[in-house]
Amino acid sequence: MEGSPVLQVHELYKYFPLSQGPWAALTRKRRRMVRAVDGVSFSVHRGEILALVGESGSGKTTVGMNVVGLQQPTRGYVLFDGYNVTEWARGHGPSLEAKDGPLAALSRRRRIMRLRQKAQMIFQDPYESLNPRQTVFDIVAEPLEIHRLARSREEKKERVREALETCGLVPADHFWDRFPAELSGGQRQRVVIAGALVLEPELLVADEPVSMLDVSIRAEILNLLHALRRERGITILYTTHDLATAGFFTDRMAVMYLGRIVELGPTAEVLARPQHPYTRALISVVPVPNPRRRRQRFILQGEIPNPTDIPPGCRFHPRCPCAVPECRETDPQLRPVAPDHEVACIFAGQL
Amino acid sequence: MAILLDVRDLSVDYLADDGTPLHAVDGVTFRLEEGRSLGLVGESGCGKTTVMLAILRLLPQEGRIVRGQVLFDGKDLLQYSEAQMRQVRWQHISMVFQGAMNALNPVRTIESQIVEALQVHSVVEHAQAARERAGELLRLVGIPPERGSQYPHQYSGGMRQRAVIAMALACNPRILIADEPTTALDVMIQAQILELLERLQAELHLSLILVTHDLGMVAEVCDDVLVMYGGVVAEYASSDVIFNDPCHPYTQRLLQAFPDVGRPGAALASIPGNPPRLDDLPPGCRFQPRCDCPRRGPICAHEPPPLTEIAPGHYVACHWVRKV
Repeated sequence: MEGSPVLQVHELYKYFPLSQGPWAALTRKRRRMVRAVDGVSFSVHRGEILALVGESGSGKTTVGMNVVGLQQPTRGYVLFDGYNVTEWARGHGPSLEAKDGPLAALSRRRRIMRLRQKAQMIFQDPYESLNPRQTVFDIVAEPLEIHRLARSREEKKERVREALETCGLVPADHFWDRFPAELSGGQRQRVVIAGALVLEPELLVADEPVSMLDVSIRAEILNLLHALRRERGITILYTTHDLATAGFFTDRMAVMYLGRIVELGPTAEVLARPQHPYTRALISVVPVPNPRRRRQRFILQGEIPNPTDIPPGCRFHPRCPCAVPECRETDPQLRPVAPDHEVACIFAGQL
Repeated sequence: MAILLDVRDLSVDYLADDGTPLHAVDGVTFRLEEGRSLGLVGESGCGKTTVMLAILRLLPQEGRIVRGQVLFDGKDLLQYSEAQMRQVRWQHISMVFQGAMNALNPVRTIESQIVEALQVHSVVEHAQAARERAGELLRLVGIPPERGSQYPHQYSGGMRQRAVIAMALACNPRILIADEPTTALDVMIQAQILELLERLQAELHLSLILVTHDLGMVAEVCDDVLVMYGGVVAEYASSDVIFNDPCHPYTQRLLQAFPDVGRPGAALASIPGNPPRLDDLPPGCRFQPRCDCPRRGPICAHEPPPLTEIAPGHYVACHWVRKV
């Protein structure tokens, strides 16, 4: 697990401008921004599974989109395999590393293609991310065609077969003539994963891949992702709001709140000894499947504030049960409380 | 405790396009005592919602109740006329439908939608009284009453769910059925809704039926659990028994497939295969094709196992689970 990080996200910011009315435009009012990601740094080692945990509006999906290059950060950069992904995609400015690397000779377009091949994203809803008019074969083969990775029909067939069978759709020929509507939810999500795997990526960004699925199918898909790491050493960035599934198969966990990471550490450690009040609350409300272990819930009232209007000081302080006046002024940064365990709270280590 | 709802041998068929009956629900039996909460769990398509719709006699046109009794306060709802049923719905038994929070009328204020429920059921005659009652209901579910004049799009998901619950409580029902009330909500909002349901249950002395596929939620909230599989009851017992001493192989497998935040890293075992299709139900035990219990035998494939009380209050439908 140790070794060089395959993915480094450095001071990532992603702001989206809010559309404004004509009056605001005329009066040159400052444009309001949705600060979806507001300064996030982390790295993922080769073969590691990192959970990015947070509620909707925490910015976890935006981080994932920036990592695979589907969006361009407002500030900050993403290094993938040491290459600056954000510069590649933007196509301007000096590249940090690509100059001397083996990819330097490639055109911008080719470099983006390489990134897309190596870093793939799996989306949440297997009902909406498959084209209903394409067969399973066409869906899984399309990335190969786009990347011109199959030299012959035979090779294409072989690679599609392998991807489908790796994802548990065995035998592949039993499935590949079917249309998505003929498949169950779990099978569809397998097809989605096969479509990502067929390019033999090194990194999978799995965005809530099981939240739409039934309990037993959920276990199937999580076990599949787990096996991909074990057998192929694929690195996985797993974004979810469900701490229970994150606890099952991830190595480390980053808890996000309003565009920032508030706690980052080994999964078991964070779950057993959460140091940030938000993490503690989040863990306490996950339903435990045993009435004998009902716990005290720390329910936060209200909802995540609007990311156009981030509270000053610690962004969690208006909902924080432990807040003191200082929290209104100090914006706490991540600092270590234990080996590999960082927390952004002025009370870190004292909770 | 008085038994408020006593469902016996309830069976529902859906008629396929060609007229063949599909046995969607077969012989479902359970009881709901006053003030208690029952969790109805199972995978999608196991018939959970159909059972609830049958109890309220709200099945779609192709649905037929073919057998059974639904005794509410000792009287069989299946014998009621449609007019009598209308008195039962909302005023005695009300239901928060799955996704109801997304079915609020977008061009009317929340308050006016609650007022409509009150007036349709003629609980309150005067408009002013109805508005006051609507405000009371909103306060009850934790929404500031002045927000009643807002429209659904001005509400967050959690608030819309609260509004829908307020609406269901409009006529002081004795039983509240909540069908997947927290699906599609964030964890913290889920916890808020669960807390609300628990509080309402205690304050209003409500009996609650929670229909869900989330075992964790059931363990947190429910006193009793009914596990359904393929339209039949697999196991029915108190929460404590279901989660700590499950006897039906399906219940056991379902629990092994559910991640537990208290035990990170524990293996998750999925259940291979898919739930049976209604047009292709196995002749014996409906779980048999997916069952890997070492005790299973030829009888499983031929004969449907009867629901048997193996210990007081613990019912299991498996040939191999015997009375202790």
